[in-house]
Amino acid sequence: MQILVDGVAHEVDVEDDMPLLWVLRDELSIQGVKYGCGIAQCGACTVHIDGEAVKSCQVAAADVWGEVTTIEGLGQPDALHAVQEAWIAHQVAQCGYCQSGQIMLAAALLAETPDPTEAEIDEAMGANLCRCGTYPRIRAAVKTAAVKLKEAS
Amino acid sequence: MGKVGKIARRAFLIGSAAVAGGVAFGVWRVKTPWPNPLEQGLAEGAATFNPWVLIDAEKVTLITPHADKGQGVAHVQAALIAEEMDIEFGQFEISFGQPDKAYWNRALAAEGAPFLATDEGFTAQTARGAIGGLIKLIGLQITGGSSAVPDSYVKLREAGAMARETVKKAASEKTGLPVAELKTAQGAVHLPDGSTLSYTELAGIAAEIAPVTDVRLRDRSDWRLLGKPMQRLDIVAKSTGTQRYGIDIDLPGMVHAAVRVNPRQGGALNRYDASAAEGMRGVQKIIEVTGGVAAVADNTWRAFQAVEAIDCDWGPAPYPAEQEAHWAAVAASFTEERLDSTWRDEGDAGVATADGTVEAEYRAPYLAHAPLEPLNATVRVTETAVEVWAGQQIPRQLQVLVAAITGHDADQVIFHNQFMGGSFGHRLEFEHVKLAAEIANQMRGVAVKLTYSREEDFAHDFPRQIGMARARGAVTGGKVEAIDLQVAMPSVTASQMGRAGLPGGGADSQIAAGVWNNPYALPHFRMRAYRVPELAPVSSWRSVGASAGGFFFDCFLDELIHVAGADPMAERIRLMAHDPSRKVLEAVAEMSGWDGPRPAAGKGRGVAFVESFGVPCAEVVEVSVVDGAIRIDKVWVAADVGVVLDPVNFENLVQGGVVFGLAHAMNCEITYADGMAEQSNYDSYEGMRIGQCPEIFVRGLENGAKIRGIGEPPVPPAAPALANAIFAATGKRLREMPFSKFVDFA
Repeated sequence: MQILVDGVAHEVDVEDDMPLLWVLRDELSIQGVKYGCGIAQCGACTVHIDGEAVKSCQVAAADVWGEVTTIEGLGQPDALHAVQEAWIAHQVAQCGYCQSGQIMLAAALLAETPDPTEAEIDEAMGANLCRCGTYPRIRAAVKTAAVKLKEAS
Repeated sequence: MGKVGKIARRAFLIGSAAVAGGVAFGVWRVKTPWPNPLEQGLAEGAATFNPWVLIDAEKVTLITPHADKGQGVAHVQAALIAEEMDIEFGQFEISFGQPDKAYWNRALAAEGAPFLATDEGFTAQTARGAIGGLIKLIGLQITGGSSAVPDSYVKLREAGAMARETVKKAASEKTGLPVAELKTAQGAVHLPDGSTLSYTELAGIAAEIAPVTDVRLRDRSDWRLLGKPMQRLDIVAKSTGTQRYGIDIDLPGMVHAAVRVNPRQGGALNRYDASAAEGMRGVQKIIEVTGGVAAVADNTWRAFQAVEAIDCDWGPAPYPAEQEAHWAAVAASFTEERLDSTWRDEGDAGVATADGTVEAEYRAPYLAHAPLEPLNATVRVTETAVEVWAGQQIPRQLQVLVAAITGHDADQVIFHNQFMGGSFGHRLEFEHVKLAAEIANQMRGVAVKLTYSREEDFAHDFPRQIGMARARGAVTGGKVEAIDLQVAMPSVTASQMGRAGLPGGGADSQIAAGVWNNPYALPHFRMRAYRVPELAPVSSWRSVGASAGGFFFDCFLDELIHVAGADPMAERIRLMAHDPSRKVLEAVAEMSGWDGPRPAAGKGRGVAFVESFGVPCAEVVEVSVVDGAIRIDKVWVAADVGVVLDPVNFENLVQGGVVFGLAHAMNCEITYADGMAEQSNYDSYEGMRIGQCPEIFVRGLENGAKIRGIGEPPVPPAAPALANAIFAATGKRLREMPFSKFVDFA
């Protein structure tokens, strides 16, 4: 089957029910996408499909309905997305393992809701877990990114 | 000093650090009996000044041997060296280096010695020195016990200063200018005429001269980097998905393995039938391992699917099958025969045990570590070497344990330590690495990456030990007068050291931690620790014994303060006998406006103080009752680490520690049924999500006599401060974690 990831079309030969997460990590070596729980609890595997944040551990390879964007497609160290800039400015990460997913979730939130309230941030970002407890910084970084994105638009 | 002619087997062990053109400086010999590992196989023209600095014609490499679990210790180690070495971020690379005795932990001694962290007397110092001597003798390289910063603080700045002065001497030889006329900045020696010689240019000469060992460390007021906000070296990678962890290892020809080991930990595999798994797509091999089975496939998911398809018959657990029996064993251990040690006995304990005193019993459950990166290890075995890629905190012991499996010598085990997606104590353990070695040993020449499923990770987490406290106390004249507190727990030290093959023995200070070491001056205080016979295997969980002991002691103190009718903050301050500890209490009182207007109806504030790992830490928690549920609104924290090396990372770690402490106190426990942990993923062990996270205000104090680490100390006061706040808001006293068994959280 063919899937489009970060602007590149890939032909992959996998079982229909292999989760997108493992297609990305083990078949395409896109390792910014992380495995944390496999049951849609932690969100470390969050990617976008046609701009919508989804947990890639829950999307079967055969069901991928659009273009996949991963953390590596969102931005790169020398070409950062505004959300990544904010994550760096606030030094959100500790172990950093959840942060790819957090950043993808935040980017999708801000695309949909450019000026989220505190409650909307908590509601949306509640889909993902951070075991290091970086939540205060995640909140601050989402707010900073919202301001930056509005300035840019 | 100097070049080592023979390229030893260890030559390639340094990895990217061992490159063309370098030298070795023997400075470390003054400081340690162990040779500098960087000398081995050092290339021509490359220089190493000590076990932490390597310079060649291409680059400067700083060795940061303490394991980075997310606490940012790779960064802070590099910053300590760079501060004295006059080199900037971006001008050097870092490497975890190879495991070596030279990296023995000088600071770990303090926590194990049976003296108060606040005790600087001769006997206490001598005992710490003796334990330190043992750690040095066995060359124990370990990251744990919030010891990385205290271990590194002096020796890494010295390493940087020695490197700087030796390179200046090299520049002097090259130019004929006296050293006194040379300055250093930005990775280069600056000559009086304004020209510069980079450190890398000078490596070849530096390799040939006697190193400078007599250095004086700079005064704090001259620091460029330390003590100021720094951008962590890993922050860009961790914000762009480009940070690689052990789970991301990808080697040519590598295969993927998954395991299922008896979920009754330590139980046998009676028999298994792998016929359904053998024909599955991508499956290459089914292998029996200690206590279970492994599937090897061409993809992680296929390995997970295959190992699940194996029908296994598991033997019984070597500990009680049901949780109730675990609690019964703990409750039955408050006996003379199980007394591990009487840690404090001051005044007359009879005052606390007389009729009419306050009595209470407290409980703390088993807890999983559950870092977000599941356990994993990649191993490749050949006839002459074993290579291991994993994140692990006791790397020399890893070499010993892996070598015992593969039949190699320990120094043939090449270990590539990895950035970790969290640990909280999980990666002090070795079982996953041993299993990967077992599999790879049966597939020699092939790199095997073993990844645990989240369920396997939970099933084989060695949890935080359970514990109970029985406390009695007395008040008089509005003051707390006496406490007699007994704690019973299995010995986490014995369980963990036994698996690791390291020396343990003696009374286990972790049974008493968070209680015995409180710096209050109660007129009558007794603390006795009881060792519960080993139940489920247990392991160090962020802040270890203090995570339970701090809850027991501080909440019971709070109970007595309320019985006495005193103010919880004022009475703690009155009783406090240690100046820096009193100041952290005064700081949170000021930060939280404790002495200002009382919280409105439906709100409550609680304070707690726990000293752990030598760090006095006080927290105030404010809660609201919303539709019958508890919402945590705000937390104020003050902790004294002597010197705050990076205020940004300090704040982040304190906030994270508070979240970790609150999350588990509110929501988490591991319970056993049929010998197996009943919680198998984050749906049954959620911790805290962002919506439950309070605002957290942090202040670092610097009154303590020694520099300390901040990874663990913010955890223990969180649970008691929350319980005390809930009492203040609702009148309900919580004596058992998790609190969600007794109250709802918004």
